[in-house]
Amino acid sequence: MTYQSEPDERVPGVVTTQGSSYDTTEARPGRAFLARGTGRLTSRTWFVLLAGALLPAIVLAVWLIASAGGTTATLPSPGDVWLAGVDLAQRGLLASDVAISVQRVLLGFGIGAGLGLSIGAVVGLSKLGDILLSPTLAALRAVPSLAWVPLLILWFKIGEDSKVILIAIGAFFPVYTTVSAALRHVDRQLVEAGRAFGLNGPRLFVTVQLPAVIPSVISGLRLALAQAWLFLVAAELIASSMGLGFRLVDSQNNGRIDRIFFVIILLAVLGKLTDSLVGLFERWVKRRWS
Amino acid sequence: MSTTVPQALARDVSRAVSIDFAGVGRAFAPERGSGPARPVLRDIELAVEPGEVVAILGTSGCGKSTLLRITGGLDSATSGSVRIDGSPVSGIDPRTAIGFQEPRLLPWRTVHDNVALGLPRGTPKAEGAERVSTLIDLVGLSEFAGHRPREISGGMAQRTSLARALARNPGVLLLDEPFGALDALTRLKMQDLLLDILSAEPTTVLLVTHDVDEALQLADRIVLLAKPEDESAPGATIAQLLTVPGTRPRDRGSAELAELRGRLLDGLGIDRHGSARGVETGTSIPHYPY
Repeated sequence: MTYQSEPDERVPGVVTTQGSSYDTTEARPGRAFLARGTGRLTSRTWFVLLAGALLPAIVLAVWLIASAGGTTATLPSPGDVWLAGVDLAQRGLLASDVAISVQRVLLGFGIGAGLGLSIGAVVGLSKLGDILLSPTLAALRAVPSLAWVPLLILWFKIGEDSKVILIAIGAFFPVYTTVSAALRHVDRQLVEAGRAFGLNGPRLFVTVQLPAVIPSVISGLRLALAQAWLFLVAAELIASSMGLGFRLVDSQNNGRIDRIFFVIILLAVLGKLTDSLVGLFERWVKRRWS
Repeated sequence: MSTTVPQALARDVSRAVSIDFAGVGRAFAPERGSGPARPVLRDIELAVEPGEVVAILGTSGCGKSTLLRITGGLDSATSGSVRIDGSPVSGIDPRTAIGFQEPRLLPWRTVHDNVALGLPRGTPKAEGAERVSTLIDLVGLSEFAGHRPREISGGMAQRTSLARALARNPGVLLLDEPFGALDALTRLKMQDLLLDILSAEPTTVLLVTHDVDEALQLADRIVLLAKPEDESAPGATIAQLLTVPGTRPRDRGSAELAELRGRLLDGLGIDRHGSARGVETGTSIPHYPY
C-alpha cells in the first residue's frame, strides 16, 4: 500500500517538546496526494456503490435472458418472483413471516449475545473461570447446530422457545469466543497502569478492559448476528408454521419455486441490511475507541 | 516554562513524605519446576528524606525496576519492608504515583481524560477538571488536551503520563526510566521540565535510570545497585551511595559532575578509557566528599 510510504508522524522525538511546533497539517498533503492518485476512483462513494451493484446487475441480466425461454417450473423469471412477492404481501403473509422471523432473530441474538458477553468476560478475566469453563464450552461448540434440534423440540415442543434457544446457541459462540480471547489479550501494561492508579475489580474492568475490547466485541456481535439468521432458517425449516424458513418449506411442498426465489432474495437483503447497520456502528466504535 | 507557581498548585502543594527501606530483598520463584528461588535484590537499606530526589542506577536486570515496583505496591518484597511516611507499604498505595517507561495512556481517551485518570478517588468534578488543566498547562500540553494519544508524539505522551502521575498529588513520585524511550535531545528537555515540575509540586522522587548523566542532573543522591563482583551472595544490593554536590539545575558540563560520572560508570562496569587521554584512571580532582 502507498500508506506505508507516508512518514510516521508519531516517531518520538521528531517533535520537539515545544508542543506548538507539532504540525498536524504536515501529514495532510500526503493523504491529499493519495486521494488524487491511486485512490482517486475507488474512494468515491458513487463509484463504490455503482461497482458493488455491478455483479447483481449482471446476474439479473443473465437471469432475465435464461428464464425468457424456460418454464416457470424450474427457473421463474425475475418478474414472476416479483409478482410472487407482491402476492405474498397482499395476502398479509409477507409481513407476518418477516415480523415473526425478525422477532426470533432479535430475541435469540439478544439472549445469546448477552450470555456470550458475560460468560466470555468470566473466562477472559479469571484464570479459574477459564480452567473451569473453557473445555466444556469448546466441546459444546463442536456440536453441529442441527444436532440440538431434536432435543430442543422434545424439551420445549414446537413453540417459540425451541427456535429462540437454537438461535441463541448460534449467537452465543461467536460472542463468547471473541470476547474471551480479546480480554485475555488486553495490554497487560495498560491494566497494570490502571491498577497503579488505584483501579481494581469492576472499576478496572469498566475503565480499562472493557473499552480495550469494545472493537472485538462489536466484531463478535456482527458475526453472531449473521449466525442468528443462519440458525433462524434452520429452526424454521424443521418445525414451524410461520416465518421465512417455513415459507421456504411450504413453497417447496407446493412447488412454488418463484416464492422460494423470493424468500431467498429477501433473506439476503435482510441479512445484508442488519449486517450493514452493525457495520456502521462498528466503524463508529472503532473510530471512538482506538 | 513559566517559573511562577500557579495558584491552584500552590494551594495543595503536596505532602512530600519519607521512604525507608529496611533489609528489602526480592527473590523470584523459579520459572518452572521446583528449583531454588532466584534472588534479585537483597539487603536494601536506605532512608529517603521527604522532598529528596534519589536516582537508582544500575545495569539492566539488576533489579532497579523491581525495587521501584515494590515501593509502589505493584510487587512485594520477599524479605524486609518498605515504609512510606512510617507506615508499611502493602499493595497499591494512594500516596505514591508511578510514571512508567512507556506512557501507557488509554488510547481511547483524550490527553485531558488520561490525566484525569490519576486524580485521587472522590475528587469533586470541578476541582478535578481544574487540577487536570493546571497540570496539562504545567507540562505544556494545553493545546493538545483534546487530542488522542495516537495524535501526539512520544515526548508529549510521556509528558501526559507525568501529568497523570502528578494528578494523584503523590507524596512519593516513582519514575521508572521515564525518559528512556525518548531521543537524546527530547530527554534533556524532559529532564529540565521535570525540575520545573518539582519546583512547582515538591515531592519525594525515586527515579530509576540507566543514564548516569540523567541521575547527576536530577538527583540529590544516587544509589548504585550492583551484584558483588566475587559472586559471594546472589542478588544486587546498594554498591555505592553518592550525594550529588550543588543545587539543581546543575551545569551539565561541570568538572565535579564529570568526576562523579567517571566513578559511577566505573561502578557500572564501564571502562572510562581515561588512560587513552593520558589521564590516570584515578581522581583528577580531590576525592569526593570535597
